[in-house]
Amino acid sequence: MRLILTIALLLLTTPAWAHKPSDSLLSLTVQQDRIDVRWDIALRDLDDAIGLDANGDGAITWGEVRSRHDEIAAYALSRLTITSGETHCPAQAPRQLIDNHTDGAYAVLLFTMTCPSTIETLQADYRLLFDLDAQHKGLLRLTHEGDTTTAIFSQESPTRQFTISETSMWNQVQQYAHEGIWHIWMGYDHVLFLLALLLPAVLRRVAGRWEPTPDFLSAFWEVLAIVTAFTIAHSITLGMATVGLIALPSRLVESAIAASVVFAGISNLYPALAQRRRVIAFFFGLIHGFGFASVLSDLGLPRGSLALSLVSFNLGVEVGQLAIVAMFLPLAYGLRNSWTYQRLVLVSGSLGIAALACAWLIERMLDLKLIPL
Amino acid sequence: MNRIRTLVWLIAMGWLALSPPSLTSGEPFLPQQDKQVLEHLTVKATDPVAREIRALRASLLRDPQSMDVAVALATMLIEQSRSEGDPRFLGQAQAVLAPWLNHPTPPSSTLLLRAMIRQHAHEFDLALADLDAVLNMQPANAQAWLTRASIYQVQGRYGEARRACQPLLRLAGRHVALTCLADIASLSGQATTSREMLTASLEHAGISVRERLWILTVLAEMAARTGDASAAEKHFLDARSLGHKNYYLLGAYADFLLDQGRPQEVITLLQHETRADGLLLRLTLAEQALHLPASKNHTAELAARFAAGRERGTRVHVREEARFTLGLLHDSQTALTLAQTNWAIQKEPWDARLLLESALAVGSWNAARPVIDWLHTNHVEDMRLQQLVAQFPEEQS
Repeated sequence: MRLILTIALLLLTTPAWAHKPSDSLLSLTVQQDRIDVRWDIALRDLDDAIGLDANGDGAITWGEVRSRHDEIAAYALSRLTITSGETHCPAQAPRQLIDNHTDGAYAVLLFTMTCPSTIETLQADYRLLFDLDAQHKGLLRLTHEGDTTTAIFSQESPTRQFTISETSMWNQVQQYAHEGIWHIWMGYDHVLFLLALLLPAVLRRVAGRWEPTPDFLSAFWEVLAIVTAFTIAHSITLGMATVGLIALPSRLVESAIAASVVFAGISNLYPALAQRRRVIAFFFGLIHGFGFASVLSDLGLPRGSLALSLVSFNLGVEVGQLAIVAMFLPLAYGLRNSWTYQRLVLVSGSLGIAALACAWLIERMLDLKLIPL
Repeated sequence: MNRIRTLVWLIAMGWLALSPPSLTSGEPFLPQQDKQVLEHLTVKATDPVAREIRALRASLLRDPQSMDVAVALATMLIEQSRSEGDPRFLGQAQAVLAPWLNHPTPPSSTLLLRAMIRQHAHEFDLALADLDAVLNMQPANAQAWLTRASIYQVQGRYGEARRACQPLLRLAGRHVALTCLADIASLSGQATTSREMLTASLEHAGISVRERLWILTVLAEMAARTGDASAAEKHFLDARSLGHKNYYLLGAYADFLLDQGRPQEVITLLQHETRADGLLLRLTLAEQALHLPASKNHTAELAARFAAGRERGTRVHVREEARFTLGLLHDSQTALTLAQTNWAIQKEPWDARLLLESALAVGSWNAARPVIDWLHTNHVEDMRLQQLVAQFPEEQS
């Protein structure tokens, strides 16, 4: 026995293992007083710990895992303690799914831990599997307001402490305002909607024809009126959607926004409609507000400072919008006397905008129909 | 409208078909059927080995103080990790021994096992420290001498390795000591004599199948290093014909075939060995040589496995990663860095080869310098390494 072992050991460098050693992946997302947890634990490890292969055939089926969900949850949760300050943060019963990693199938435990107050320091005590496998490691990913910290738990270092730094109020204002500006610039649909409405603002209708406005001030007031109507309208719906008063499916909103751009483009070809640009700006502005709201909700809203984030984001949108207007107005005013502007820019520009938006509309509507796939 | 829908559907399907398969963790899912198999265990509960391990676990549970049971269980688990290519069993063995290892002066039998566990984790210095402690307590422990010799050999410390083999002449079978010595001698300037000595020891009456496998593998690699391809081939085939599945032998034979320009045979040999990273690496190199489309997916799979390994913060497979980066990713700069990191840990012919090959690819004579010096100092006999060295400009002159 001894000699056999001896001999086999000289063949030392096993060409890289068939598996890596045991790991679990623990992801904590901290928000105010709660922690959203995703914990991936290898089925093979759970089998070693509590036995999953009920019929002993060497294959673990979903039925075998499902029938042991309570034991899996009890086993795992009893080996992870999270405390905030001095107090323990209890966990809800996990939802359990499956995921495939490079070295096999993992049970995925999804649950929320709730601490008594906003988390400032977080202490994690991880004891999974160390009693069974001394080389087991817990790979932690801690996320707070977009910042990610990683750490590795091992038998030698099973506890870690983290300081959850509150981002300052000013930082938060900056961050959300920046997102607002960015969104209006990168969301071409909003820009084109506004431009379509502003194109005729340096002209006026005299005896059935477009003529240049006589002075800068009247063009300015016209632009200001349209932009204000758009701003008031989208601020109303942005606010209402963000606090949860109204919720619309995002595909519907996105398609309606595309339709609004088509409408704004075409309306310039019909003088009767073009006269009502403030009404159009207001009415469709309501729809654009829902679009802004979905961006804001994707950013993740801190519950404690919802109003601040909403206002900062909205301010960002307005600043971005003003920058566009500030570039547009002097240029359009300077060109307004030329034939090019009245025929080419106004007509072709409006048609071009409408055509592009048409493509968006088809894309977004068909996407809606693709969902069942 | 219908036509557009069909078109969009076709585009979507095409996109799905062309998008690369997700290899790392994707979205978690809820399996639809109870009978869906999620995972295969390496050992069935009904296997004799598994039964024996279970019985030992049960008796350790009844009598947690029994060191003999714990040592027997840990030994079986280490053995299991080797035959299944699964490092989980090593961690389990270490956990079984934990109550004794946590002592200020752990008993020698548990220290010896921890040394082997650490050797497999490439923690060579820690393993050697454990072996020192064992040999202090039990100078006649053959296993400890042999393990020490093999660690020194991997580290390229041939003088110390030879000294560790010598006690085996009286502590273990003569052929054990001979193989131990011959393997080292063949690397350090006495290839021909070593081969003769070892070939003779194959005639020894009392050697087991495992010992024969070991000796034949060592002989095959020696022959390959001296450029005697037909002898190497014969030894590899003899070793294979013993019918013992052995990851090391498979890897070494695949390397030999790749060097001989016979990738098709590598594919026949390894096509079902995709679980072990080292064997998948060789399979993928063969697929690449034959321009097979499978090499793309396998390269992505290997990249994901190396990335997952890095997440753990331990670097056990640096050699394989260097070879992967050079041979499949064709990123010679990164490969060179990896090969240098690896060279600091271990110094077997393949470690030297990877460093030389990536230094050549980058065109860096300075990077190759330590290896070339080392080869000269130790009189390492390896045809392929010498060919590589000759490609560096100053060596030709």
